[in-house]
Amino acid sequence: MYVAAKGGEEAIAAAHRWLAEERRGQGALIDVEQIASQLALTVARVMSEGSLYDPELAALAVRQARGDLIEAVFLIRAYRTTLPRLGASRPIDTGAMACDRRVSATFKDVPGGQVLGPTFDYTHRLIDFAEAAGADPAALAAAAPGRRPRVSDHLGREGLLRDEPRDDTTPPDLTRTPLELPADRALRLQALARADEGFLLALAYSTQRGYGRTHAFVGELRIGTVEVEIDLPELGFAVAFAEITVTECETVNQFTGSKSEPPQFTRGYGLTLGACERKAISMSLVDRALQWRELGEDCVGAPAQDEEFVLAHADNVQATGFLEHIKLPHYVDFQAELELIRRLRREVGQTRETAE
Amino acid sequence: MTRPDWIGLLSRSAPDALTALWPAVGDLPAPDWLRRPETGSVMVRGRTGGTGAAFNLGEVTVTRCALRHEGVEGHAFVQGRDAAHATRAAWIDALMQTDRAEALARDVLAPLAEAERARRETRARKAEATRVDFETMVRGED
Repeated sequence: MYVAAKGGEEAIAAAHRWLAEERRGQGALIDVEQIASQLALTVARVMSEGSLYDPELAALAVRQARGDLIEAVFLIRAYRTTLPRLGASRPIDTGAMACDRRVSATFKDVPGGQVLGPTFDYTHRLIDFAEAAGADPAALAAAAPGRRPRVSDHLGREGLLRDEPRDDTTPPDLTRTPLELPADRALRLQALARADEGFLLALAYSTQRGYGRTHAFVGELRIGTVEVEIDLPELGFAVAFAEITVTECETVNQFTGSKSEPPQFTRGYGLTLGACERKAISMSLVDRALQWRELGEDCVGAPAQDEEFVLAHADNVQATGFLEHIKLPHYVDFQAELELIRRLRREVGQTRETAE
Repeated sequence: MTRPDWIGLLSRSAPDALTALWPAVGDLPAPDWLRRPETGSVMVRGRTGGTGAAFNLGEVTVTRCALRHEGVEGHAFVQGRDAAHATRAAWIDALMQTDRAEALARDVLAPLAEAERARRETRARKAEATRVDFETMVRGED
């Protein structure tokens, strides 16, 4: 436990003034629009982990946090709590996504084609000291393509892929009611969608290295924009009120069957606000690992299979809140511990004297 | 363009783009509010596997408002936190239900729709230019 400490107002004010000065730094002030457009993946990460899609706000948070992304996520989450909830959208149709990127590791000739998009893949990953010199405008194809059908539709038709039956039940919402375990898949996916990328990456990697292996291939990865629709009862119709960028990853996993399920490919699913490719892939692997119970698989006790472990530790705002609170004044606690150690040492000393 | 279409188009349009077209709208009285601009959030839902059960993905900021003008209501439900943008969108919705509809469809909605179409097409064509055909190299020993 920690107790309120009095005093220090002047020191705190001075610390905050210095923070403002350090934050301002040297050179021209970075424009929020510059951050949103030139550090777009940073902004995407803050939106994804902050669980609020608003690029301008996320960019502002990044600047205020001096680039500390967890601090920026914290600012977004805190802001979010001040907003009234005006409704819930219809589920987005990722099949109708306007894809910037769309690749499949399982089907070379996927209908609609493999579209690389603005990827780091196949770059040399050498620092380019001339990068600031400017870029040539990107090439344009002669014509825009139509809808790119989903890879899983293709496999699903043959019955080789576990079905994902449509279900319009109102999903549980962990921002409204505390997380309860065991969680259903909808609740798990919500928690994973707002989880820390690094945590998900490490867990996903652990499954690849053998801690609850799931034999995952990326069936399809797509990044692009979707319209978000909401039913507005006061108007009596639905409106596509927003356009957002999302990343979707679906893994196809080898599955030899269990007592309850026939041999077939199973699926892991990742969906994130913004362009967060690494996180979406990680999320789909962790989602698949957590499905062991539904699929009648054995639990081998791997961390990624442990729902309580994964869901209770995936939120970096929660984690950092608890972790960092130990730097706040704990003087009274520590005094008590100090007294205890001194007393124990005295007692040990007396016992020794008696023994001698 | 139907009413859901133009409300959606106004919602998704960049505030600057609508502001730039505002001279075509001309002078307006102070809004007779039914609901003053209010910023909040909407929970965006996805589906497991893209097709299955609905789940909560995360929220998006929105600003809504409603006003009354010459016996009709103008509603706005715009992406983001810009109250002025929501107000302009609600005005256009109201005026589109008056005899100014034809002129505003031409001077405001058509340019916004064209800007959205052009932006989407440019992006789609850039993506299409990165489409590859992976050729399978011959595998195996013989």
